[in-house]
Amino acid sequence: MTTADAILVLTWAGLTAYALFGGADFGAGFWDLTAGRRGDAVRGLVEETIGPVWEANHVWLIFAIVVVWTAFPRVFAAVASTLYIPLTLVAIGIILRGSGFAFRKSVTDSDLRRRFGVVFGLSSIVTPFFLGAIAGGVASGRVPLGNAEGDPIGSWLNPTSILGGVLAVGSCAYLAAVYLTADARRTGNGALVDAFRRRALASGSAVGVVALAGIAVLRTDAPTLFVGLTGPALPVVILSAAAGVASLGLLAGRRFTPARATAGLAVGAILWGWAVAQYPYLLVGSLTIDGAAGPPATLDALLISLVIGAILVVPSMVALFMLSQRVRA
Amino acid sequence: MDHVAIFSAVDQPDLWAARAQMAMSLAWHIVIACFGVGFPTLVLIAEYRSQHGGGAVYDALAHRWAKVLGVLFAVGAVSGTILSFEMGILWPRLMATFGSVLGLPFAIEGIAFFIEAIFIGIYLYGWDRLSPRVHLLTGLPIVVGGVASAWFVVTANAWLNQPVGFTLTNGVVTGVDPWAAILNPATPVETTHMILAAFMVSGFGVAAAHAWGLRRNPASQLHRTGFLVAFAMGAILAPAQIVVGDAAAQFLATNQPIKLAAIEGLYHSTRNAPLSIGGIPVDGSMHFALQIPDGLSLLAFRDPNALVIGLDTVPAADQPPVLPVHLAFQVMVAIGFGLLGLGAWLAWAWRRRRDLPRSRWFLRAAIAAGPGAVVAMEAGWVVTELGRQPWIVYRVMRVEDAVTAARGLPIGFFTLVAVYLLLTAGTVLVLRRTLAAIPEDGGPGA
Repeated sequence: MTTADAILVLTWAGLTAYALFGGADFGAGFWDLTAGRRGDAVRGLVEETIGPVWEANHVWLIFAIVVVWTAFPRVFAAVASTLYIPLTLVAIGIILRGSGFAFRKSVTDSDLRRRFGVVFGLSSIVTPFFLGAIAGGVASGRVPLGNAEGDPIGSWLNPTSILGGVLAVGSCAYLAAVYLTADARRTGNGALVDAFRRRALASGSAVGVVALAGIAVLRTDAPTLFVGLTGPALPVVILSAAAGVASLGLLAGRRFTPARATAGLAVGAILWGWAVAQYPYLLVGSLTIDGAAGPPATLDALLISLVIGAILVVPSMVALFMLSQRVRA
Repeated sequence: MDHVAIFSAVDQPDLWAARAQMAMSLAWHIVIACFGVGFPTLVLIAEYRSQHGGGAVYDALAHRWAKVLGVLFAVGAVSGTILSFEMGILWPRLMATFGSVLGLPFAIEGIAFFIEAIFIGIYLYGWDRLSPRVHLLTGLPIVVGGVASAWFVVTANAWLNQPVGFTLTNGVVTGVDPWAAILNPATPVETTHMILAAFMVSGFGVAAAHAWGLRRNPASQLHRTGFLVAFAMGAILAPAQIVVGDAAAQFLATNQPIKLAAIEGLYHSTRNAPLSIGGIPVDGSMHFALQIPDGLSLLAFRDPNALVIGLDTVPAADQPPVLPVHLAFQVMVAIGFGLLGLGAWLAWAWRRRRDLPRSRWFLRAAIAAGPGAVVAMEAGWVVTELGRQPWIVYRVMRVEDAVTAARGLPIGFFTLVAVYLLLTAGTVLVLRRTLAAIPEDGGPGA
C-alpha cells in the first residue's frame, strides 16, 4: 500500500464516520420535521441526543475535505469547480441546519422554536440529498479533470445523482431511527420506543428497496461503477445487504443495541463498496490515485499528522459519546 | 523571491462576485471565530474563580457566558465550513496548483478544531455530569484547540503573503516542503497578531455587553464582575498587540514592501520617509496627511535615513489599491491606540479608588470598544488581503489566474448575502433572548 492509498483509506474512514454519526444527526432532523403537531416527545429526544455531539460529528466532513485538497489537490479542484451548485447548496444547508438547531435549543418561545425547527428539519433533508447527488456525480464519472470542465447542471442532476441523494436521505433517516430507538429505551418511554422502531423498520425497508432498484439505474447510467459493484466490490455489496436484512430482523425482535451495529455496517458498506468499485480511479476514467497524489513530502507529512490526529481525536470522541449517554448526576 | 508569474488568466467575467463572496464569508466568520478562540478563556476564568472563593457571581457569570459561547460556537462551526468549500468552488486553480503546498496547515487545523468541537461538547454537556475539577480541566482542550486552529489556519494565509516551500518550473510545482510552507517568514508576526486580536475582540466584545448592562443597572454585581474580567483581558493585551503590530510593519518593510508602501501611500521610494497620519492618497500623491519627518524610515528600519520602497518600483498592474489599504490601516491603528488609552484610563482609576472611572463617558467608550475591536480586526484583514493584491499568492499567482471558470457566480453571491443576513438576524435575536432569559443577579443563571 502506498502512502497515497493509506491517506485515502483514512479519509474514507473519516467519511464513513461522517455518514454514520453526522448522517444520523441529519436523519434526526428528518424525524424532527415529520413528527407532526404532537411530536414533542420525538423532538425532545432528538434535541437531547444530538445536542452534545452534532458539532463534533460535523467536523469529519471538514476533515475529509482538507485532506483531499492536500493529498489530491486536482481532484478537489475538479470536483468543487464542476459541482459548485450542489456544493453551495450543501454549504447553505449546513449553515441553516446547525444554526437552526442551536437557535431552537437556546430559546423557549414556542412560536420561535417551531420556526427554527422547520429550518433545522428542512436543511437536514436538503444537505444529505445534495451530498448524495455530489457522490452520484463523481461515481458516475461526470467530473472531468480541470477548472469547471464538467456540465454545471447535468453533473448533479442525473439518475445516479438522484439515486445518491435519495439513498443518502433515506440512510440518514434510517440510521437515526435505529439509534434513537435504543436511546428512547434508555428514557423508559415505551411509546417513544415503538414510534422509532416503526420508523426504523419502515425507513430501513424503503432504503433496501431503493438500493435494489438503484442497481438497475447504475447499469445504464454509470456502467463503470456497475461493473465494479458487481465485480470486485460484490462481497462488500452483499455484506451491506446482509447487514441491512439482519438489522431489520433485530429491530423486529427488539434487539436494539446490536441493531445499531448492523445498521451502521449496512450503510458504511455502501460507501466502501463504492470505493472498491471505483478503485483505483478518483475521477472515473481520467485520474487514478497515483496520478492525482501530491508530492511525497506532503503525503508523508499528512500521514504523520493524520496518525497523531487520530490518536488525539478518537479517544476524545469516545469520551464525548460516553458522556452524552450518561444521565444527569 | 524571484518567481515570475506564469499563469494565465481564467475566462471569468464575474471575478468581482468570487472576490466579494470570499470576502463576505471570511469577514463574517472571522468575527465569530474570534470568540471561538478567545471567549473560552473567559468562561474558564469565571469557572475557576467560582470554584476558588469567587462566589456565586462567578458561577452565574460562567454559566451565562457558556450559554453565549454555545450559540457562537455553533454558528462559527457552520459559517467556517463554507470557507473550506469556497476554496475549491471559487479558487480551484489556486488549490489545484498549490493544494499540496498550503494544504497541510488546513489539515492540522482540522484536527485542532476537532479537539475544540469535541471538548466544547463535553464541557457544555458535562457541567452537571462531571466533578467540578474534571469539568474545569475539560475546558483546557477547548482553549488549546482554539488557539492551535487559529495558528494553523493563519499560517496558510501567511503563506499566501510569503509563499515558500516549493519550486516553480514552467508552471509546475516541484520540491514541495510543506513544513517550510507552514513556517514561512510571515507566520510568526501574522499568527501572533491574529491570536491577540481574537482575544481582544472577545475581551472588549464581552466587556461591551456588560458595560451596556451596567449603564442600565449600575448596581449589578454580575455586570460589574463580568465587565472587569473581560475588559481586563482585552486591555492587558492591547499594548502587546501594538508591539506585535510594529513588528509586522517592520516585517513588511523588507519582505512585502509594496504592501507597506500602499499602507503609507508612499508612491516613490524615499530616504528619510515621513510617517503619514490620516490623509487621502489619490492620483499618485498623499493629501492632507499629518506628516512626521523621518517617521516611516524610523518605524520601518529604526533608521531615519533608511530607504523605504515606494509603489512605483513595480508596474501599475502590480500595485494594490492604495486608498482603502491606507484608510483601513489608519482605522486599525487609531482604534488600537484608543483601546490602549481606554485600558489606561481604567487602570488609573482603579489604582486610585479601586473602582471604575466616575465619568459616564467611560462606560460609553467601553460599549463602543466592543464593535471597535471588531472593526480594527476587520480593518487589519483589509490591509493584509487588499495589500497583497493583485496577487492571491504573492508575486506568484494573480487572483484572476486562480478563479473558477464556472458561470453564474453572482447568483451564488447574492444568495449568500441573503443567507448571511438571516444568520446575522437569527444570531442577534437568539443571543438577546438567551441573555434576557437568564436572571442578572443571584443564583446560577443556567
